[in-house]
Amino acid sequence: MTQYLIRRLLIAIPSLLGISVVLFTVLALAPGDPFEELATNPAIPPEVRANLRASLGIDDPIWQRYFSWLFAMLRGEWGYSFVSRINVDQLILQRLPVTLVVIGASQVVALAIALPVGVYAATRPYSVFDQIANTLAFVGFSLPTFFTGLLFILLFSIYLDWLPFVYRTELSETGWRWWWEQLRQSIMPVMVLGLFQGAAWTRFVRSAVLDVIRLDHVTTARAKGLPESRVTLRHVVRNALIPVVTLVALQMPIVFGGAIVTEQIFRVPGVGSLLISAILANDTPVIMAVTFVFAGLVIFFNLLADILYGWLDPRISYR
Amino acid sequence: MTEDDLRQMIGRVKRGSLSRRGFVRRLAAFGLTAPMATQLLAIAGAAPAAAQGVPEYRPARRGGGGQLKLLYWQASTLLNPHFAVGTTNQDASRTFYEPLAGWASDGTLHPILAAEIPSVENGGLAEDGRSVTWKLKRGVKWHDGQDFSADDVVFNWEYNRNPAVATVSSGSYRDINVVKLDDHTVRVEFEKPTPFWADAFVASRGTIIPRHLFRDYAGANSRDAPTNLRPVGTGPYRFVSFAPGDTLRGELNPNYHRDNRPYFDSFEIKGGGDAVSAARAVLQTGDFDYAWNLQVEDEILKRLEAANRGRVNIVEGGNIEFIQLNVTNPHEEVDGERSSIKTTHPAFSDPAVRQAMAMLVDKNSIQQFIYGRGGPATSNFLNNPPRFRSPNTRSEFSIQKANEILDQAGWARARDGIRAKNGVRLRFVFQTSVNAPRQRTQAIIKQAAQRAGIDLELKSVTGSVFFSSDVANPDTYTKFYADMQMYTTTMPQADPQLFMNQYTSWEVATRENSWQGRNIVRWRNDEYDAAFRQSEAELDPVKRAALFIRMNDLIVGSNHVIPLISRPLTSASLNNLRHVLSAWDNTTWLLGDWYRET
Repeated sequence: MTQYLIRRLLIAIPSLLGISVVLFTVLALAPGDPFEELATNPAIPPEVRANLRASLGIDDPIWQRYFSWLFAMLRGEWGYSFVSRINVDQLILQRLPVTLVVIGASQVVALAIALPVGVYAATRPYSVFDQIANTLAFVGFSLPTFFTGLLFILLFSIYLDWLPFVYRTELSETGWRWWWEQLRQSIMPVMVLGLFQGAAWTRFVRSAVLDVIRLDHVTTARAKGLPESRVTLRHVVRNALIPVVTLVALQMPIVFGGAIVTEQIFRVPGVGSLLISAILANDTPVIMAVTFVFAGLVIFFNLLADILYGWLDPRISYR
Repeated sequence: MTEDDLRQMIGRVKRGSLSRRGFVRRLAAFGLTAPMATQLLAIAGAAPAAAQGVPEYRPARRGGGGQLKLLYWQASTLLNPHFAVGTTNQDASRTFYEPLAGWASDGTLHPILAAEIPSVENGGLAEDGRSVTWKLKRGVKWHDGQDFSADDVVFNWEYNRNPAVATVSSGSYRDINVVKLDDHTVRVEFEKPTPFWADAFVASRGTIIPRHLFRDYAGANSRDAPTNLRPVGTGPYRFVSFAPGDTLRGELNPNYHRDNRPYFDSFEIKGGGDAVSAARAVLQTGDFDYAWNLQVEDEILKRLEAANRGRVNIVEGGNIEFIQLNVTNPHEEVDGERSSIKTTHPAFSDPAVRQAMAMLVDKNSIQQFIYGRGGPATSNFLNNPPRFRSPNTRSEFSIQKANEILDQAGWARARDGIRAKNGVRLRFVFQTSVNAPRQRTQAIIKQAAQRAGIDLELKSVTGSVFFSSDVANPDTYTKFYADMQMYTTTMPQADPQLFMNQYTSWEVATRENSWQGRNIVRWRNDEYDAAFRQSEAELDPVKRAALFIRMNDLIVGSNHVIPLISRPLTSASLNNLRHVLSAWDNTTWLLGDWYRET
């Protein structure tokens, strides 16, 4: 087991290096620099711009910039943002709580929908409930989040005027009012993401449960005269959850990476919107850091899922 | 009406034998607009000193206004005004920091940290134009309680001109000398007579940062200054909290140096999202008080305004969307350079073709069907402030006349309907950036051109490429490897000196200067150069205005540049919000004067 872990971690190093090389080259080849806006401003002489570029080291050759970035990274220095002039790790840490709360809550919502609906639909396949759940699930994951997001805003914010559609991190209310306001502004982004994810997972849970429900041990359990609820919960769902857990584990990096589009629509200041604004501003160190963290998380959770899978299913061994 | 007549009349106004109203009426008879006339009086020293561009401030006491909520669809990322690349950062830092003076919407100066606006009359401006003396307001305190003094002003000059600090504002401070006369007086000295003296210490690049907090960070370590993100200024609001890329908050400054200001107890600037939903949050739901820079189709704005909660503000400035007809030949390579000034354009070198092209641009339709209130049609390149607006230009849309002109000049239609002469066909590549209104404008022009026997090949380049300064990319607007192109050029200052240098012969964009020259159309004209040189040293404001009008007439008259529409600043605010906006300064330049009518 330890050997397996070490081997997997060693394999991760070249893939992370490869990812960073590709990212860096693509970003360096992309047109534009953080001072693009100055180019069309007649009041700013070109020398000033050249001086600014030089002060950030943008004019050095690509390979030189890459290695200085890499060595700084190995020392734990993430570099600093060209546009904010503060350290990138600080910038990401500032965004992380919001992302974790909003995206995390949406994953909980997704699970809370997917598990009961999926299991219930599978235990009564082709019933009216199953048909409706299926249809809604199809609708749910066919509609992209930017569309449902706008639809929600139109309905709940503009026509009904119930919910605000601008997410504010600095609410002036205190006490229970703060919680109430927080809830009001979180509902829409959480629901948009949660419903989308939930719809996809419902289909997955349903098919996983259907696979198990026909197995012999379930028939045996029923033959023993166990109540149906006990059969479903103890003998069916537990087995069916193994693939679902893996799937959810693989989704975890997305929780950290944020939901870029949804964050943009509702102005949620999470990691995803940080990435978007960094890309628009050509803020290379921030783009590198965020995407790199994302890549690292994907690799880490892949590993975690593999280990988790073996723990859930003892038939799998590591060599 | 000659310059002498004008001068005599201004003299009569000064002596009191002609009323100001009478003066304006007389000028109107000669086709000069009222704003232009009043500004002539103002710059000639015959008008009340106070800027007319700032509306009256009504609240009778400080505070009590609750929270002011501003929404920017682009979030601010840092709070040092001298590192602020974009307007969002300038606006955000301007809420705490103040310059000596700011630009009001009519292009006049409004004193902020200065006790008065320097003029020849009050002894602030030297007669030879080589120095300006600023008297600073007394009793101004920084938010941390320290006194504001001339030392701070001098420090800002040292800070900005130091290349190691690498500030964005450095261009305004490199070539001047600043001397402290006493604790509340500084003198700015110029190497040569400078008619446009209000650059350093004025408006966004002139905001004063405190010496006692930045002193230790005035070198290569400038980015480590903690005050870059926790500003301590002199402004109406004090810093509370800042999350880069998201929210900025401030609270009332109880020691603010102007009476009864500010009105609001606190403010919040939220950033991010998109322009349309920002307009919604103000005009439709009323969640925010003000939404910045709404480059949104006018039809959408009108629909949102119908909710009757807020209104759209249009503030006129100098930004202009225009077309350039290449002077050089983009299809011929000389010494490895296309659009080289050693070549001439095969078709546009004929004035008839340029004149016909100008007649084929239907500006009114472009305004009416594409830009709406966000883009009034114009026949001038230099539109504002009004005192520099030429009354001599006309634009006409007539396909028939264009056809006649081309026929007369010998451009005959070939069998495919495209005109040609001596083997040169009127077939042009017309490029612009990817942007829906621009593509629609291109289509309108192409259609008209087709009916005059001119074939336009439309090309659109992604904005991040088109406006980049990438030397290796052939599609940038500065390289201009096309026959025609269209974009907006901005005029960030109320003085046209820098704006009008984009047609001087020494600014031509070439490979030699890595296409950083600002004369992109590559037009060269001796008279223009001479007028520009003269304007650089002309201290008489009336004569100087006449020079700029002449320059505008020259470039527009050449038809190498076809002005389309001016681009005013568009924003939205709630009906009861009283704000002070200006196209020559930041949105928040007088945030202390904003209040809510109850």
